[in-house]
Amino acid sequence: MSSTILAIELAYWQQTGLRALLGLVGVLLPAGILVYLFLFKMMSFMQSRLGPMEAGPYGSLQLLAEVGKFFQKEDLIPAAADRVVFKMAPFVVLISTFLLVLVIPAGPDLWFIDIDTGIFLALAVSSISVIGILMAGWASASKYSLIGGLRAAGQLVAYELPLVLAVMGVVIQAGTLNVQGIVMAQASGEIFGWGGIGNPFILTQFVGFAIFLIAVQAELTQPPFDMPVAESELVTGYLTEYSGLRFLMFFIGEFATAGIFSALAATMFLGGWYVPGLDPTDNLFNVIGPLVLIGKMVLVAFLIFWFRFTYPRFREDQLQQLAWKFLIPLSLVNIVATGILKVVF
Amino acid sequence: MTDVSNRNQLAYIAAQASDARVNVEFETEGMTLNLGPQHPATHGTLRVIVKLDGERVLRADPMMGYMHRGYEKLAEVRTYPQVTTLVNRIDWLGSFANEVPFILAAERLMEVEAPPRAQWIRTILFELSRIANVILFLGDMGVQLGAVTPVFFAFRDREFVLNQIEAVTGGRFHPNFDRIGGLKDDIPKGWTEETTGVLGRIRTFCDEMEDLVTGNEIFQARTRGIGVIPAEVGLAYGLSGANIRGSGVDWDLRRDGGVGLAHDQVDWKVWTHPDGDSFSRYWVRLQEVREACGIIEQLLGGIPSGPVMAKVPRIIKVPAGEAYVETENPLGVMGYYVVSKGDLVPFRVKIRSASFSNISITPWVLEGAYVPDVVSILASLYFILGDIDR
Amino acid sequence: MSSPDTNLDEVSEGHEPVADPARDAIVASLADQLGDGLVASEVLAGTDVWVRVTTDSWLATATVLRDTCGMAYFNFLSAIDWMPSPFGRDMDAQVDLVGADESQVDPEPMTWGVTGGATRFQMIARVHDPVCHIGVTVKADLDADDPRVDSWMPVYPGADWHEREAWEMFGITIVGHPNLVNLYLPSQFEGNPLRKDYPLLARRVKPWPGIVDVEAMPGDGDGDAADEGGEGS
Repeated sequence: MSSTILAIELAYWQQTGLRALLGLVGVLLPAGILVYLFLFKMMSFMQSRLGPMEAGPYGSLQLLAEVGKFFQKEDLIPAAADRVVFKMAPFVVLISTFLLVLVIPAGPDLWFIDIDTGIFLALAVSSISVIGILMAGWASASKYSLIGGLRAAGQLVAYELPLVLAVMGVVIQAGTLNVQGIVMAQASGEIFGWGGIGNPFILTQFVGFAIFLIAVQAELTQPPFDMPVAESELVTGYLTEYSGLRFLMFFIGEFATAGIFSALAATMFLGGWYVPGLDPTDNLFNVIGPLVLIGKMVLVAFLIFWFRFTYPRFREDQLQQLAWKFLIPLSLVNIVATGILKVVF
Repeated sequence: MTDVSNRNQLAYIAAQASDARVNVEFETEGMTLNLGPQHPATHGTLRVIVKLDGERVLRADPMMGYMHRGYEKLAEVRTYPQVTTLVNRIDWLGSFANEVPFILAAERLMEVEAPPRAQWIRTILFELSRIANVILFLGDMGVQLGAVTPVFFAFRDREFVLNQIEAVTGGRFHPNFDRIGGLKDDIPKGWTEETTGVLGRIRTFCDEMEDLVTGNEIFQARTRGIGVIPAEVGLAYGLSGANIRGSGVDWDLRRDGGVGLAHDQVDWKVWTHPDGDSFSRYWVRLQEVREACGIIEQLLGGIPSGPVMAKVPRIIKVPAGEAYVETENPLGVMGYYVVSKGDLVPFRVKIRSASFSNISITPWVLEGAYVPDVVSILASLYFILGDIDR
Repeated sequence: MSSPDTNLDEVSEGHEPVADPARDAIVASLADQLGDGLVASEVLAGTDVWVRVTTDSWLATATVLRDTCGMAYFNFLSAIDWMPSPFGRDMDAQVDLVGADESQVDPEPMTWGVTGGATRFQMIARVHDPVCHIGVTVKADLDADDPRVDSWMPVYPGADWHEREAWEMFGITIVGHPNLVNLYLPSQFEGNPLRKDYPLLARRVKPWPGIVDVEAMPGDGDGDAADEGGEGS
């Protein structure tokens, strides 16, 4: 976000306040949209039911009711729990989510930070949530939680690699780690000399896109990769002992991260806030950019949640095999191919 | 520099360290995980105590009795017609099927036979309760493996089957409709056409399952080769129903039992699968639902006319004797060993329920499995708690 | 139907002897292998077969049935307490209401079912041949004061839980069972619920009203409830 908005000069504290506020919106809005749109509605329609219908038109205010419910619940801490770690764990997970939202630009001048290693930062901070999950699993003093936490750690570490490697292709093609630069590269790109729709990297990096989505699915511990929570085996894994507000924080963390990863995927592969046919430096994008981004995010999230509600879950060893024996070699091949093509063209 | 207390501390630490070294050298102690009695995978109150090494099961000990209702004792103080009310609650998902073997045992002792029409309607209801029971399994199998959607389809379509059962019997879950010598009532008007429509829905449901679950690579990876039960082990443990047919044993009491149901009047096929793993048990059940649709459809086409009740005295006294009758219930072989002394009440009723024997193999089959496989195996063995605990 | 002293050769008395070679063959091979161990047998042609063996040859019977007769399938195992209920008739009061004399004081004599019996407890088990589809019910009389019998687990591992159930419900000691602990009942439970002298407390507290129809249906006229009984047809 540049220091000038609508030609109003903002003081530093005002900027900081605005950033904090927008950061909050940036985390809560995707979470809310995804929970309502997919968890409440799409899932229900897939399962031949209506979902919440009473609170507000089409149950649109159900979200508030749910949040209110969680606020009312007692904050239970198991007697044998490591209280400090137990209390901290949801915050650590949320920190990861909040840091992740920073790097995603929503318009040519709409960004929280614009650094040259944006993608690198995003992938780095996304790993922080592992620590939070491990903390939760350990501190709960429950065997289910412990197994869940360990599974989560193993899984997230394993899928960190394909996630990073899938992004490499994009980075090579765009020639920059800067997220804004990646958007611009797609906006100004050309397909065999035709620049009508720019060059969204999904066309050239569809393998990377698929790997990225699979890895994101695993990072989010959603089915088919939800062994850490696996409610039919481990009750709910590392979440078992959490209740009330702390559970809500994990919940928001999960869905907000889903939204932000979707936005990241949309930014890297679908052109981000850019709409084909317009000048990417147009000030118009500062207004419609966020909407476009949210639209594309919902599109990507649809894929994620579609898989979530359809597939059964892997077993832990099958999941590791998928990561190490299939996804990582495939993404390495993808990088090599991208590199060669980059040199050729 | 070091004073006494510090030296003591050092000695203590040294001892701890050497202990730790010893511990590193030896195997670590396994972890005991308590699956249940309140656990999502045990849909009911089964409790499985598993001893784990990492995620591998070293030993599994099922504990039950959380729902033991003592039906064998209660049946000793109830008249024969009253017993059906009890046995309805054994396998509560296919409850009409529970009544049938008991009634058949009493009929054998009394040497009465239900009129053909009653037998046909009995068979139709028997198969309808099989559908109502097994399609829930098909959905539940998905839930246990993490796919949340199929179970909603199962619940949706089961409702239509239950409606049909309710239309005849007046009870969705506990019909209590079978009588010694026949049935309480005839089927209502227009019921056969409606039921044919419902069967179409069930077939569609089976196709959906085939698309959504059976063909899914992850589902196959989670079930194929998991929990393999060889035929002879399954037989020695008393497995029955789809569990034993999933191990390749071609044995179905509907065809081989020779009891008074109308299954021998129609064309149908006993499905078996040679593998004996979780997938084959699932697959056999899926085929059996289809087959049950076929059986019902044929039966509906030719229900003989006549009364639905044979001539039996109003107060039923069963002559002295013993009879064991078993039928192929949704969960497997269900039998009643009825001992009568010529009274209004049975002297002893031994209830041989399918799930009890089916689940008794768990210590054998769970050994060496992984925790996620425990869920897959338990789900594929398919038990109803009421059928275990009785 | 029951005839306590049926010999091997005769099929049940009072019935038209119908040939049932398959079931007869099972009885014959049991008689051949067990010798005196086989006490009595009864073949209900085309339907069922019972054999009664001595307690000592209980395990041997299982071996013969599995190895010689092809009874690979273990069906169930339980026990029967043949003692008439010592609580008189109050536990099944409907019998009193339907004409029986209410002043029954003397305990009834003990009678046995098919293939007869000698003592209060009888072990009962059933195995099945999944190829020929023939089931055999095996019985064995147990000592009334100290009922004990060999475990079937070496032959049929599935007998495990059934034997535990018989142990806790009837107090029958299963010799050779590796893990004889309560299956259904809590571990502190005292008594053996399925024995006839174990009172069904619910019935003691609130006796059964006897056979009565529910209130007469509105259009049914005078109630024929109390003495007619049964399920309204």
